[in-house]
Amino acid sequence: MDGPLEKIERGPEPAKLSLSVNGATLVAEVEPRASLLDTLRETLDLTGTKKGCNQGACGACTVWVDGRRVVSCLTLAVACEGREVTTIEGLVEHPMQEAFLSCDALQCGYCTPGQIMSAVKLLEEGHAGNDAEIAEWMSGNLCRCAAYPHIRQAIREVRDGEHQ
Amino acid sequence: MHAMSYARVGDVASALAEGADPDSRFLAGGTTEVDMLRIGVARERRLIDINDLPLNTIEDLPGGGLRLGALARMSDVAATPSVRERFPMLVQALELGASAQLRNMASMGGNMMQRVRCGYFREAGMPCNKREPGSGCAAQGGFHRGHAVLGTSEHCFATHPSDVAVALVALDAVIHLQGRYGERAMPLEDFFLQPGDAPEREHPIEHGELITAIEVPAAPVARTSLYWKVRDRESYEFALVSAAVAATVTNGVIREVRLALGGVATRPWRARAAEQMLTGGPAISDAFEAAASAELAPAVPHPQNAFKIELAKRTIVRVLERVSAA
Ligand SMILES: Cc1cc2nc3c(=O)[nH]c(=O)nc-3n(C[C@H](O)[C@H](O)[C@H](O)COP(=O)(O)OP(=O)(O)OC[C@H]3O[C@@H](n4cnc5c(N)ncnc54)[C@H](O)[C@@H]3O)c2cc1C
Ligand code: SF4
Ligand code: FES
Ligand code: FES
Repeated sequence: MDGPLEKIERGPEPAKLSLSVNGATLVAEVEPRASLLDTLRETLDLTGTKKGCNQGACGACTVWVDGRRVVSCLTLAVACEGREVTTIEGLVEHPMQEAFLSCDALQCGYCTPGQIMSAVKLLEEGHAGNDAEIAEWMSGNLCRCAAYPHIRQAIREVRDGEHQ
Repeated sequence: MHAMSYARVGDVASALAEGADPDSRFLAGGTTEVDMLRIGVARERRLIDINDLPLNTIEDLPGGGLRLGALARMSDVAATPSVRERFPMLVQALELGASAQLRNMASMGGNMMQRVRCGYFREAGMPCNKREPGSGCAAQGGFHRGHAVLGTSEHCFATHPSDVAVALVALDAVIHLQGRYGERAMPLEDFFLQPGDAPEREHPIEHGELITAIEVPAAPVARTSLYWKVRDRESYEFALVSAAVAATVTNGVIREVRLALGGVATRPWRARAAEQMLTGGPAISDAFEAAASAELAPAVPHPQNAFKIELAKRTIVRVLERVSAA
């Protein structure tokens, strides 16, 4: 179905991108080389999403694009026009947030937004059957403070409906 | 990252037209491309976003094969029921690669084109024949614990990092390409070039040519198959050694076997010497050990990666024992 093309052409100079973030349409004036991560943090003042490695290796920058968990450091903002972006700011009193608090699933908290964005999808994807499975499917989110046991506990509790 | 422009195209013809620009590069999941641009290894000035092309389908072929669109995501291929049923080692190779987030982004075509993880390749300024032809190879006298022992040359011995390509090569997969002047297909194995004296050339693909699909022919043998990945940590790490194996064993005799290795070679490594020795022979550990030794006989070790030879042999024996017991 090679249909009529809708071609988008941007840059190299900054261009006004219209991005759908957490249900709102936001305009960011950035160059095509800008990552989604930098655009969220530096241009849109959505600093909940964190930068760890900036090379896809730590998961601190995890957000959802069109409902799937991805790393925003290797995603270009310009590639998200027409897609739906969800960040930690888009989750309000989500059971996973409650569980992370009550389980003490963090120490410094730097990895936490990424952990939560990943954990919510983990449950939807159905890969939280036991601790080994949780560990495997959460392995894209590193925690320098090694809060892993409590992170897994929080995920188990949400899985088991203990936080409504 | 240097400044660049961006175009998003909606059909193959426009992708080919835009991709003809010598200063351009295709953008799929971006998990290699954005990384390479950021560290200054990729120098293109224009990205052609191909994610809207209708190349993301995962189709069952009549007779039991598969056709994977170049833009099908690793996570989606792994989750497809018919793939899980017919090609367990393909699913395992996918799910043991990268992380859940990256697998949601990474496309099958992009996976075939991913770049090596050699630290000197990634570090502009260090001698690296792959990045700067003729500049030397800093890994020779440097850190090379993860490097290859098979298919190496004095010019480069960086390991090919893909997992799923190893399973696909064992399955005789075929890669489909489309250029401005037509379409062609070749065995996936031939799509990966050994470094030889031109390590900068990794694939027989022309600039601006598009990978459209990967086809996996029917292989009943693959229903009993396994992908085993040995690495420094349990998850989210590249292989030190990996093996994709499929076998049909009846009355203790190996009727058919497929074996390919990852983590030890400069390309996804089809273990043909071992396959030949095993086929028609007894499914016993002695035979597995002999086949493993034959496959690793041409290995060229360096001081830090010599351990891979023994590790690869043991891995081969282990996977063969596992599938022949299944
Ligand atoms: C932290 C990290 C860990 C990883 N771990 C693993 C692992 O354990 N195992 C593993 O196998 N992989 C691993 N990877 C690599 C990952 O699988 C690849 O980066 C990914 O598959 C590339 O696909 P992509 O769609 O993101 O490609 P892109 O980054 O978009 O593109 C890669 C290259 O391919 C070209 N290209 C893409 N699609 C096409 C096409 N259809 N036709 C022609 N050219 C094309 C692009 O121009 C570019 O040069 C890891 C990556 C990261 C960042
Ligand atoms: S092993 Fe290959 S990629 Fe690494 S420094 Fe040598 S030439 Fe470059
Ligand atoms: S900052 Fe994106 S994965 Fe580390
Ligand atoms: S809580 Fe500190 S990095 Fe995870």
